[in-house]
Amino acid sequence: MHPAIQGLITIVIGVGGCIGYFYFSNQFLDKVLFPARGPNAGRNINRANMIRPWLFLFPAIVALGLYLAYPVVETLRLSVTERIPGGGSEFVGFANYAQMFSEPKFWEAMRNNMLWLIIVPAFSTAFGLLAAQLTDRISWGNVAKSIIFMPMAISFVGAAVIWKLVYDTRPEGQDQIGILNAFWVAMGGDPQTWLTIPYLNSILLMIVLIWIQTGFAMVILSAALRGIPEETIEAAIVDGANPFQIFFKIKVPQIMGTIVVVWTTITLVVLKVFDIVFAMTNGQWQTQVLANYMYDKLFRANDWGVGSASAIVIMLLVTPILVWNVHNARKEMR
Amino acid sequence: MDNIAGSKPGLTWAVHLSVALLVIAWIFPTLGLFVSSFRSADQIATSGWWNAMFPSEQNLTLRAAGPDAQVQDGQLFVIEGNLFDEGVEAVISVWGTSSREIDAYTPGQTAELRGGGEITVEADGTYRLTSTEAFEGSRGPRVFATAVAPPEFSLKNYDTVLGQNVIQRLMMFLAAGAALGAVVFFSLRAARPEMDPGWVKGGAVVVGLGLTVILASVLGLSTGTAAGAEATDSMAQAFFNTLTVTIPATIIPILFAAFAAYALAWMDFPGRALLIAVVVGLLVVPLQLALIPLLKFHNEIGIGKGYLGVWMAHTGFGLPLAIYLLRNYMVGLPRDIIENAKVDGATDFQIFVKIILPLSFPALAAFAIFQFLWTWNDLLVALVFLIDASGETTVMTRQIVELLGTRGGNWEILSTAAFVSITVPLIVFFAMQKYLVRGLLAGSVK
Repeated sequence: MHPAIQGLITIVIGVGGCIGYFYFSNQFLDKVLFPARGPNAGRNINRANMIRPWLFLFPAIVALGLYLAYPVVETLRLSVTERIPGGGSEFVGFANYAQMFSEPKFWEAMRNNMLWLIIVPAFSTAFGLLAAQLTDRISWGNVAKSIIFMPMAISFVGAAVIWKLVYDTRPEGQDQIGILNAFWVAMGGDPQTWLTIPYLNSILLMIVLIWIQTGFAMVILSAALRGIPEETIEAAIVDGANPFQIFFKIKVPQIMGTIVVVWTTITLVVLKVFDIVFAMTNGQWQTQVLANYMYDKLFRANDWGVGSASAIVIMLLVTPILVWNVHNARKEMR
Repeated sequence: MDNIAGSKPGLTWAVHLSVALLVIAWIFPTLGLFVSSFRSADQIATSGWWNAMFPSEQNLTLRAAGPDAQVQDGQLFVIEGNLFDEGVEAVISVWGTSSREIDAYTPGQTAELRGGGEITVEADGTYRLTSTEAFEGSRGPRVFATAVAPPEFSLKNYDTVLGQNVIQRLMMFLAAGAALGAVVFFSLRAARPEMDPGWVKGGAVVVGLGLTVILASVLGLSTGTAAGAEATDSMAQAFFNTLTVTIPATIIPILFAAFAAYALAWMDFPGRALLIAVVVGLLVVPLQLALIPLLKFHNEIGIGKGYLGVWMAHTGFGLPLAIYLLRNYMVGLPRDIIENAKVDGATDFQIFVKIILPLSFPALAAFAIFQFLWTWNDLLVALVFLIDASGETTVMTRQIVELLGTRGGNWEILSTAAFVSITVPLIVFFAMQKYLVRGLLAGSVK
């Protein structure tokens, strides 16, 4: 069957099935199971209303449970087992973790991930805040915002190609076609193969993600800046504060909450970063990160135990943010 | 705010200048890819794309006409012609007949050919091949020239990557679609002025796009494979595969999520707060954890790797954000409307379909854009759940990674392929930016 037709059928079945499910299950509840008539009408209506939320929630709960909650548990189980040739698996305790911790590649990935965690959110938020503050004050600010925001729409793989061209190298003596080397040579340096120089290459990969995430930070922070009460700023101006003081002492403290949100959201993106490293260096030249390390283990080395163990490490790194978010959400609901 | 006390003209200039610098820094990389996709391999390899607007000096490998073109002139056999294609106005500074000595001769000089005969090349590319014996073989001799060529842009790379003439035909079909859309728009507005302008506009766009799609599927987009293109270069199939992944994966989670969000926002039941907390928690669970368990699950229920699996996976992974976004939006809808409807005897199902869904359109649109961008740009989920050993279901991101490996130096193909893949998200982005921003503002956990 042609995939396009298959896709069309899936849409029809998915959408139609969904609507049909909700319609008929509601009908069934109201008309057959607990009809709102007869001697028990009042009790039936109450009962129906107790069940109805679960009808509405049922498909989502099944999908969430199956596709997100169950995998967490299953990955945890896989990380403490080893596959036996010919099917089945046996419990091996923390052997997978021990094996992973003894691999230098893992520690390289950890070290790089920590660098990513510090640098990318910091610079994206800082650039985003700068762009938000500056573009809010000029007439063509919206155009500027659109352009800075645009990389959000570009895939990590597309961004990888874009930046690989920026970092491209030609032998000495030829014209450089990568802008970075063109600058470098114009300044009097020798052409460098940037992506093979350890530490620097990780930074260069981070620049790609900073380039993508700055737009996100800018949009959120720009809205927050606009939400600041005018009076506080006017009062500061009357008291003789200069623009820098207004920005750092009046505005930034008032949007601190939003800055934290932006920071943590970008942190989440960083922890899962995979495509950029996969497409640009594939973890060579000491640029490995956890997500790519995991992919290597799972699908190249075919070692589910160690792969799952590294996935659990990513999960552990995410957990503080998870707890913090849930805590905040609950506080807000009260 | 700008002109009250405290801001100085000097500072205003500094602001303009810094924003200009930021914008240039942000657009420059993408611009490089865009410009490169219209340049030939030689041009890309010999000069930076920022020089593309200026004449550039290039090392070219050209070929004189074959023996078919020879004429006998007394004792001599002569082939005359121009090394450049018609319309190219390059100026040759030095040339040679062997790749080791590409600067052996200046224009006007005559060189001995290894296979016998002589060749004279002028600065404008005209040449005269002479020999006392008849030329044999099928091809003419090669000439290596260093020439200053004017800037040149072409759609040749797109022919290689997408298939012959795809861009031209797409433009034609789009123009036809736009014309029909305009006709529908203006005639509807004239005939039925009482109609909602939004619907008229939407209808015209749908009719126009419909005509484009019909023309494209009836007449076909490509007129063949371009010379020199390899099977791996073709993005056309990957483009349609990506579309096949994206559309169901965008539409299906919306409905799932909308019902759940309504229940979480407007129905009272024990455990509601806990469920919301769970959704917020799942929002940040890395999908890396899901890869192996779900692949195992898909293999066990017999769907293995394929479209069905990738649709289901994207639906599952997109749900927390969808539920969260939609619930946040629905909670903000006015309570009065919903309570009035309940008093009037509407059931929850009716309230949801007739009141909540239409009112939630901005949130639905915001999520649809997110999910579309995310599924279109995704690599990992497609690698794990979709692409099997046959490679027939490859998506564009995967195809580009493949090209990076096999043809990493062929920037003309890489840049064009990458640009094709980012065009659609960019169009969606610029057309729907308003909703995207709203969605971002609602979706970031407060």
